[in-house]
Amino acid sequence: MAGSDTGLSQRLVNWARVKSPWLTVYNSGACNACDIEIIACLMPRFDVERFGILAKGSPRHADILIVTGHVTLKQASRLRRVWEQIPEPKYVIAMGACGASGGVFHGLYHMMDCVDSVIPVDVYVAGCPPRPDEIINAVVTCLNLLGEDAAHGGKEWRQKKPAGGAPAEKTSAEVS
Amino acid sequence: MPEVVIPIGPQHPALKEPVNFRIIADGEKIVRLELNLSYNHRGIEKAAEQRNFIRVLPLLERVCGICSHSHATCFAKGIEEIMGLEIPPRARYIRTIIAELERMHSHLLWLGVAAHEIGFNTLFMWTWRDREAVQDTLEEMSGNRVHYNMNEIGGVRCDLTPAQIEAALLRLPNLEERIKKYREMVDSEETLLIRFRGVGSMSREEALNYGAVGPTARASGVDYDVRRDDPYLAYAEVPWNVVTDTRGDVYGRTRVRIGELWESSQIVRFCLENIPRGPIRVDAPKNAPKGEILSRYEAPRGELAHYIRTNGTDKVERIDIRTPTLANWTSVAVCLVNKNLADIPVIVAAIDPCLSCTSRMVVVNNERRTNGAGAPGVQITSDPKNRQNRM
Repeated sequence: MAGSDTGLSQRLVNWARVKSPWLTVYNSGACNACDIEIIACLMPRFDVERFGILAKGSPRHADILIVTGHVTLKQASRLRRVWEQIPEPKYVIAMGACGASGGVFHGLYHMMDCVDSVIPVDVYVAGCPPRPDEIINAVVTCLNLLGEDAAHGGKEWRQKKPAGGAPAEKTSAEVS
Repeated sequence: MPEVVIPIGPQHPALKEPVNFRIIADGEKIVRLELNLSYNHRGIEKAAEQRNFIRVLPLLERVCGICSHSHATCFAKGIEEIMGLEIPPRARYIRTIIAELERMHSHLLWLGVAAHEIGFNTLFMWTWRDREAVQDTLEEMSGNRVHYNMNEIGGVRCDLTPAQIEAALLRLPNLEERIKKYREMVDSEETLLIRFRGVGSMSREEALNYGAVGPTARASGVDYDVRRDDPYLAYAEVPWNVVTDTRGDVYGRTRVRIGELWESSQIVRFCLENIPRGPIRVDAPKNAPKGEILSRYEAPRGELAHYIRTNGTDKVERIDIRTPTLANWTSVAVCLVNKNLADIPVIVAAIDPCLSCTSRMVVVNNERRTNGAGAPGVQITSDPKNRQNRM
């Protein structure tokens, strides 16, 4: 993202982005439970459109990608491609226990470890499946993150910095 | 005319779930349909062989998020039969109540999605709003909106309190009112009639030949329902009717589903009012004796079958799951031939497809492969060391 928040046009873009994020949902191997809860979010009772959130079919229109479920081996390359199509700045929400760690499916033969092993994840939602309120909370958290990132001029400020060459040793020690 | 191949999916604005259609079209007419279903293959059957019965139930619920109770009940029913367990009447009634509530939420969900596919978003919003009443009842009874996890081998996990029963009964009149309204709507609403009538019709012979199940088959006049023909749980004690229709098109399937909604609400009412007292579970042995069984269950989408083989341990030796959507896909592929391209979404939605249940692993012999089943050239590299550790 073109760093500065000083220019009027940039401020306008950031404002618009926080006020009306569009999201796309990708089912990367979920059991449908997360998917129906997301649709329930869009329905009259929970109604995420009051936050200006709109579900879009195409990743090219989206700001936020919601990944439902764990990632199967067959889906991993597709998920990566969908993620690559989203214009910057993009945010990823991983849904449920499966998105975070694989859930009940952890360690099966056709599974990646988690969503994070394919694409970077910004927000995790707990639950199997998360309730619609929790999904709304996650999206609102994501919006706050979006605002903060815009103020800091990018996502870099919240990335952990490796402590002077130590990580390589640490990972090898963990493996052994 | 030259034929055109139109690929749709796995990620596509019109799709809710990952599936890949290759539609071979001649102008506006569909010539052939090639399907690639197994994007969500997770290997549940293999995982079920490695877990004991207590751990396998939550796993099987996650075969499908919409009919989760069906899978768990189907499995528990089979294992109980192998063990020779008779579950208490109260447990049978609780299982029936949850099963019928699940059918109601699934059919309401379907009606909304079908309306969405034809661009009738008002109905979509209405049915999903009414569905929340069912979800609330399920949440009160089980603690979760989607995966209820009510089953145990030998009974159910938690009892229904009088307050829960009363709250559920209070919600029913409003739901019944809405179901009546939908029944009127489907017969009188012009939008529905134009887009549903005569679309995707299938004769009784075709339905039987291609092995259609559930509302898809019943809409074509196949009078078959596992709940009546091979009664399980409390269905033999409850007064209810099998809903059939003779039209065979999407309109017929909608009428069957709305009819089933009504029947389900009446079964729930009867069970709630006549629930017997007593224990909710019996002690089940840890191990199941050697045996095999084909456990059948009428899931919201049709007949679900679990083939279970046990070998005297606390794990299954083999479980094979045949989900209703898998049985219905062949009939869809046949229904679509010679139809208009624009009818694809509504015809596909009419079987209420659930791709997560349906995913299969297929071993493809590359030398003999003639069509493009599976995207060629895309390989995901995963760290082999990591994977070995996990296995």
